[in-house]
Amino acid sequence: MCNAGADDDIEDPVMRDEPTPEALTPRQLWQQAFDDSRTREADFSTMSGVPLAPVYGATDGGGEYPGEYPYTRGPYASMYRSKLWTMRMFAGFGTADDTNWRFKEIIKSGGDGLSTAFDMPTLLGLDSDDPMSLGEVGRCGVAIDTLADMEDLYAGIDLGTTTTSMTINSPAAPIFAMFIAQAEKAGTPRALLGGTLQNDILKEYQAQKEFVFPPRQSMRLVRDTISFTAREMPRWHSVSISGYHIREAGSTAAEELAFTLANGFAYVELAMQAGLPIDSFAPRLSFFFNAHIDFFEEIAKYRAARRIWARWLRERYGAQLERSLQLRFHTQTAGVSLTAQQPEVNIVRTAIEALAGVLGGTQSLHTNSIDEEMALPTEKSARIALRTQQVIAFETNVAHVADPLGGSYFVEALTDEMERQAEELFAHLEKLGDGSLLEGCIKGIEENWFQGRIADSAFDLERKINRGDRIVVGVNRFTEGNDDRAMDLLEITNEDEARQLKRLDAVRHDRNQAAVSEVLARLAAEAADPEINLMPTLIEAAGAYATLGEIMATMGTVFGRYVEVPVI
Amino acid sequence: MSERILIGKVGLDGHDRGVKVVARILRDAGFEVIYTGLFQTPATIAAAAVDEDVDLVGLSMLSGAHMTLAPAVIAEMRARGCTAPVVVGGIIPDQHIERLKAAGVAAVLTPGAPADQVVAVIREVLDAINA
Repeated sequence: MCNAGADDDIEDPVMRDEPTPEALTPRQLWQQAFDDSRTREADFSTMSGVPLAPVYGATDGGGEYPGEYPYTRGPYASMYRSKLWTMRMFAGFGTADDTNWRFKEIIKSGGDGLSTAFDMPTLLGLDSDDPMSLGEVGRCGVAIDTLADMEDLYAGIDLGTTTTSMTINSPAAPIFAMFIAQAEKAGTPRALLGGTLQNDILKEYQAQKEFVFPPRQSMRLVRDTISFTAREMPRWHSVSISGYHIREAGSTAAEELAFTLANGFAYVELAMQAGLPIDSFAPRLSFFFNAHIDFFEEIAKYRAARRIWARWLRERYGAQLERSLQLRFHTQTAGVSLTAQQPEVNIVRTAIEALAGVLGGTQSLHTNSIDEEMALPTEKSARIALRTQQVIAFETNVAHVADPLGGSYFVEALTDEMERQAEELFAHLEKLGDGSLLEGCIKGIEENWFQGRIADSAFDLERKINRGDRIVVGVNRFTEGNDDRAMDLLEITNEDEARQLKRLDAVRHDRNQAAVSEVLARLAAEAADPEINLMPTLIEAAGAYATLGEIMATMGTVFGRYVEVPVI
Repeated sequence: MSERILIGKVGLDGHDRGVKVVARILRDAGFEVIYTGLFQTPATIAAAAVDEDVDLVGLSMLSGAHMTLAPAVIAEMRARGCTAPVVVGGIIPDQHIERLKAAGVAAVLTPGAPADQVVAVIREVLDAINA
């Protein structure tokens, strides 16, 4: 019910950029790459002792192999033989202090990545004392009003060694600026900071609906963050292109695939228009997909995504670095597939969805808790969700062999079909944008095309469920036991809200007001000139303890606000 | 003349999949449906209910803020003399349903409610005030 988090500072076990000799078969090329990779400690055989190869392919050594263009079978030659996916659980609520304590617990228990969830006012660029924030402060994540909150959030954490992901979109640039200002104040230069900013504004208009500025003005901020990180922050992932929310809003698998990749192409064109060479930023783009309940369709979707991205990046945009072509992604199981009826059954749904993500070659995975449908997870339900991943990782042996379904007539055909449907949708957007996917995506939003398609698909599915054409266990069939709904749910109190309001008051009182006014005036002037990169001034504004609400309102006076035309 | 229903999203919650599906279900059932769009306040919902002279207001709430916002919408409506019943749909834990009804909500629809149940509940609430 809260925002889904991306979180994918995805590790790269091997970097290979040398040219490939023509004489070798795909299998031999794969073997070379595999030999260069490290292998984790595990017994790679079946329970009965049959030794397993790292990958299986055509007997003549031809065909496709993982780690090779177009990467249908996986971005890396060794896949989970080198490193299992990252079991990254996205959560968080309360004040910056509470979350800081949890971060330290995660680091103590061996975690190397922090995932930051923000509350709804922060996600919409509002201060905690804004009238619209009432009842929402600290509810779905941490409240960030000023640099002071950012200082509390990361106090005592070495950001030079720990990676951080921030699930934020409309106010991504100012929140990122606060993060940089905080790190540098604590002694870590920006060049050493590693992590991911979700920063995927297009899907906000299409699906998640946490928008503030109009699309074109928002895209300028995305451009500024991509340029800034390409120049100054080599370890930072500037955009996590997210299909998760598109699917949750009701799209089909093919629409999730196509809209997400189209958005990716739009960011690529945006950065290229700003003069950045493609290989200077494309390696830092990552993806975030849904894992829904239709098992094979999901696997086909991930395989098609890798192939499409590689082809478009190389053939259309001229990327050459292998890492620019390798689509890497985070997966979250489908919140919308869960039911309030007989919630224990959600464990089974989540396990099947998680397995699809793993067989599809995900780089990191979040499994939903059984109470995700109704509330933020309790400690017990969150633990069961993590255990689900551990069963898949350590009991089933499915991670021993890369792309285990590759070569299946069925899965290969379904992969081709996903790709075909996605290409049809790209063709529509390309036409809409007169040859530009960037323009096509923005026009598609402005004309409500994405929103309409997603609403139509959601309604279609609802009708099928209503007619009984599609069975949902516990909802339209097998409902015996539905009365037993007693479940312990996490209740959130309003104490955090009161604490946060006091904190904000104190910061406003203690800061140098003249400095705040000066930097905000400069921000307004620079916002009006689209040639200027706003990141340096945003970092200064953060350093002066301007509030997020003030910074967003200042830009809003120049950019205006986006109001969606409500369409049923 | 068909009965008019205002469907609204109040607060910062941007989840609009459910509200759009319900709006279409009600429209197909013969109601005249007006959708407010996102990010409404209790005051803007109440003002729209008065301006559009609606027979019923439906609120879609998925962020967990329903205990604060639903009673606030009802208070704003009553302050403007609008007596239309209010139905809440969305992620509402069982233990909150009675509390919402005590606060003046006429009916609560929870996730998984089939189309015919949505229509039946709305029908029942409307018939109750016309009786």
